[in-house]
Amino acid sequence: MASEEELLEEITSSEYKYGFVTNIESDKAPKGLNEDIIRFISAKKNEPEWLLEYRLKAFRNWEKMEEPDWAHVNYPKPDFQDLHYYSAPKKKKELESLDEVDPELLETFEKLGISLDEQKRLTGVAVDAVIDSVSVKTTFKDKLAELGIIFCSFSEAVQEHPELVKKYLGTVVPPGDNFYAALNSAVFTDGSFCYIPKGVRCPMELSTYFRINEANTGQFERTLVIADESSYVSYLEGCTAPMRDENQLHAAVVELVALDNAEIKYSTIQNWYPGNKEGKGGIYNFVTKRGLCMENSKISWTQVETGSAVTWKYPSCVLKGDNSVGEFYSVAVTSKHQQADTGSKMIHLGKNTKSTIISKGISAMQANNSYRGLVHISKNATNSRNFTQCDSLLMGNNCGAHTFPYIEVKNKSSQVEHEATTSKIGEDQIFYCKQRGMDEETAINLIVNGYVKEVLNQLPMEFAVEAQKLLEISLEGSVG
Amino acid sequence: MSETLAIKNKDHFLAHFRNLDFSFDVDFSKTKREEAEKWVKKLDFPTSKTEYWKYTRVNKLIKGDYRMDFPEGEIDIDLSVPSKNCIVLVNGYFSKELSWFSAEKGVNFSSLSDAKENSSIIQKKFATLSKDQDEIFAAVNTAYHQDGAFLHLEKNAVASEPLYIIHISDSESALSNPRNLIIMEEGSEAKVVLKTISTQKGTSFTNMLTEVFVDRNANLEINKVQEEGEQDYQIACEQVEQKKDSHFKINTFTLNGALVRNNLNIDLLGEHTETWLNGLYLLQGKQHVDNHTHVFHREPNCVSHELYKGIMDDQSTGVFNGKVFVHREAQKTNAYQSNANMVLTDDATINSKPELEIYADDVQCSHGSTTGQLDEEALFYLRSRGMSEKSARAVLLNAFAADVVEHIGVESVKEEIEAFIDSHYQGIK
Amino acid sequence: MIKIENLHASIEGTEILRGINLEIKAGEVHAIMGPNGSGKSTLASVLAGRDEYEVTEGSVNFLGEDLLELEPEDRARAGVFLAFQYPVEIPGVSNINFLKTAINEIREKRGQDPLSAKDFLQQVKEKSALVELDGKLKNRSVNEGFSGGEKKRNEIFQMAMLEPKFSILDETDSGLDIDALRVVADGVNKLKTKDNATLVITHYQRLLDYIVPDFVHVLYKGRIVKTGDKNLALELEEKGYDWIKDDAGVTA
Repeated sequence: MASEEELLEEITSSEYKYGFVTNIESDKAPKGLNEDIIRFISAKKNEPEWLLEYRLKAFRNWEKMEEPDWAHVNYPKPDFQDLHYYSAPKKKKELESLDEVDPELLETFEKLGISLDEQKRLTGVAVDAVIDSVSVKTTFKDKLAELGIIFCSFSEAVQEHPELVKKYLGTVVPPGDNFYAALNSAVFTDGSFCYIPKGVRCPMELSTYFRINEANTGQFERTLVIADESSYVSYLEGCTAPMRDENQLHAAVVELVALDNAEIKYSTIQNWYPGNKEGKGGIYNFVTKRGLCMENSKISWTQVETGSAVTWKYPSCVLKGDNSVGEFYSVAVTSKHQQADTGSKMIHLGKNTKSTIISKGISAMQANNSYRGLVHISKNATNSRNFTQCDSLLMGNNCGAHTFPYIEVKNKSSQVEHEATTSKIGEDQIFYCKQRGMDEETAINLIVNGYVKEVLNQLPMEFAVEAQKLLEISLEGSVG
Repeated sequence: MSETLAIKNKDHFLAHFRNLDFSFDVDFSKTKREEAEKWVKKLDFPTSKTEYWKYTRVNKLIKGDYRMDFPEGEIDIDLSVPSKNCIVLVNGYFSKELSWFSAEKGVNFSSLSDAKENSSIIQKKFATLSKDQDEIFAAVNTAYHQDGAFLHLEKNAVASEPLYIIHISDSESALSNPRNLIIMEEGSEAKVVLKTISTQKGTSFTNMLTEVFVDRNANLEINKVQEEGEQDYQIACEQVEQKKDSHFKINTFTLNGALVRNNLNIDLLGEHTETWLNGLYLLQGKQHVDNHTHVFHREPNCVSHELYKGIMDDQSTGVFNGKVFVHREAQKTNAYQSNANMVLTDDATINSKPELEIYADDVQCSHGSTTGQLDEEALFYLRSRGMSEKSARAVLLNAFAADVVEHIGVESVKEEIEAFIDSHYQGIK
Repeated sequence: MIKIENLHASIEGTEILRGINLEIKAGEVHAIMGPNGSGKSTLASVLAGRDEYEVTEGSVNFLGEDLLELEPEDRARAGVFLAFQYPVEIPGVSNINFLKTAINEIREKRGQDPLSAKDFLQQVKEKSALVELDGKLKNRSVNEGFSGGEKKRNEIFQMAMLEPKFSILDETDSGLDIDALRVVADGVNKLKTKDNATLVITHYQRLLDYIVPDFVHVLYKGRIVKTGDKNLALELEEKGYDWIKDDAGVTA
């Protein structure tokens, strides 16, 4: 990384700098959740009957389910009837060009460091911006269309490409999969949709920026990425939210489908508001992410998680096709009163399937950070391999780092290796840096960056830079 | 399982205890029984939703029809025990005929019921470690235990020879709740062999619970050998408490049994303790063996080493769940945990869950879990040197198990286990 | 340049240094020799500011400042460099990034602008040639997977980059073969000027064939028991440390 050194010199404020609120008139559904609200959302979005049925079925499932309590996190359970399930920035009419986007909204994205103006963007990244679960702008759409790539908001996909949505929605994460996935399936308002046709290598990074703006709003976005045979796509999502005293719920579902010989790289930089020093406020981030790999395909998840008050998230791969590959690279930083229970599931069903899990947890101040993972090798998944490495770094004596791996092997030709270590930053390493003239904070930043490098290297360059910046901000003031 | 069916099964199981008469028991023990019985009534048997029992189903254990009597007549079993001290329990009851002792200064070794009569120390310690309020099998044992072994080493006493506790399940369908109590006072030293066997006439269910107190600077080694029949069920729990500067080692060898579940819980209550927990499980047929261990570091400067190894053959299922918990106060903890498994067929399963839960920062903790097969390269190498495939396999499996076996501090047990492994894997395909 | 007076230091209540007196002037090279456990490495650690050691008595004046009052990084910034006996590994942090961070932080504290990438790389090129450091090592993680010799060369390379006023080489020769030793010593010699000073700590006389000291001190049981010129080192090589011990026994 060329700009790494410059970054280290950059001094950033320790405050959550994305914590502003944008005053945008919004269109909200009344609080509460029932079949009428779901009909309201579906009607608002002018959805076909089958999608309404899908939602209602999910809702009926959800009503019978209980909120899971097995994760190593502690928080007051949200009151699901006290939330708005639909909040959209009020649009005066359909948007034709960037000039018509609400200037306040544009400013919001400028503050977030995301330019929606295609002219201003030098790097080849196409952006879909989602604010309070509604997609407001997708860039580079036309250019992508030339290659047959569909990259648009989820709502648009429902209108324009219903056959694709219908074919794949819920095939990886069924509506009754778990409590939050069922909730999402019932009430999701928007999100991103992406389809890469056969044999096409998507020439640019596709990126979605999510932002929660409204108070008392749950964000339930839905992402569906389909890589058709022998195609490739690299997809990124970034998340921020304003500082608010109350907790906000974010329950997203991401489904990835990699057909034969396809490859999907999915990266996340999650920086939802983590709450203040006393642990007040912050986002509850309860997300279901799963990818389905067909023959010879590959799905790679990379995540840098620095935000949210509570995180419950296990990006997974179902390795259904023979010779398919699943990867999970994660850095999870918890500081202040943050709690994270995160990891990955690798379900090996096909023969000769391979998976890798590299998880780096950092825990500081009063935070608790848990790795939870499942490696399942079924009887038919002969000659499969998994390697898992989870390391935890502790900073300070009021935090916790935990490792809960589940390993299930059901045949004789597979190999599974799991390693985990927990330690604090070596005093020797800090002293060595100090002897070369660095102060403690610089030394720690340097060592932490080294510790997570294996994961950051998986990110596309500009996001690696952003991730590194985030890490420094998140850990500032946590030592000493 | 529906709720009503679960209740029906529970009632069925508890009916076995309805006619038991504990009027002979001493008062404090009766009180403990009554308290535990309340928990038995309150608690449910674990289901697949119970995280602690995720991979082990107990339905068939509680649905069985059992007998709870002391067997009549001779027991046809050879107990070649190379020690001057051996307590033999049959179906949970103490067998005076089969047991023998030789007095040694400061070493009190007897049946639990004999000891209860006149020991104030039992009154103080008994049923204080068992988790009756959380675990129904512990509560069942406290409420309905028949008898067991009592070992008490007085201050600075040293047992010169290993002390044997042997439980035999005799007759078809015996249901036993043996209860042992081991108290090591300051500076004392002993080695114990805790063996469970059966006459293999049918299906028995042994639910054994052992409470162990290791006081300051004391040193205890337990070698636990589980060798019941291939139709027998066993749940065995050891609750251990270690005080400052003490050393405790437990080696668990599971060599047979249809369903075996071990719950080993060790609480480190003083600084500078050392703990070793080793296990070897050799499974074949349809065996199901589940080892749950929990080491709780509460104080600084303690070291724990854990090594569990298993070989799963045929259609067997192995489960390992080891948890190391490091409390905020337990700085400078060193905790190592390792679980290695070999799966020999496509019908065998291993479920491994090594866990770390850490709240102190200045610690060195690590765990590793590997699952694999015999090293084909090594196998080929041995064969190219003239070994038959069969004996090459035996050599490699022996080598795999050897790490655990070498921890045994009682020579005769070591030889016995080595011989078992040898003969066991000579016959393998 | 540096004046150590009656320095006493202990670790966990055990006294290791029992009154060291030593003055080193600009342009000088001093060697400290002594048997294992005499306190050689403790002296290096105390001067660099490792906090496991407690200074119980004495003072260290470095260019007019009380060295013992400074934090380790401030000592480094003031110009004290320690070439570690066992350089630590820092996974994931490239050598280059490490040095750039250190140099620019030192420059910042001195009110200088950060070094431009061009100037920095130019310096790296020159200075690494000095110790024949393999180009690949510069981009590898700090000391990770380095051989013993590579680690020591890397220490001298860092010394060259940071241009200290006072360098302490803590057993830099141990574990080196003769070729590596020559390279390391050459590097040190080339860096020698009339304005800087070096303290070489070693167990073996061999290093002093290559780095010729102006003074040789023998440390024993936490005190300097004998001082001489380079011939003292030869004498030690020949006779071992026993005669010093006997001597010390008499004088103690």
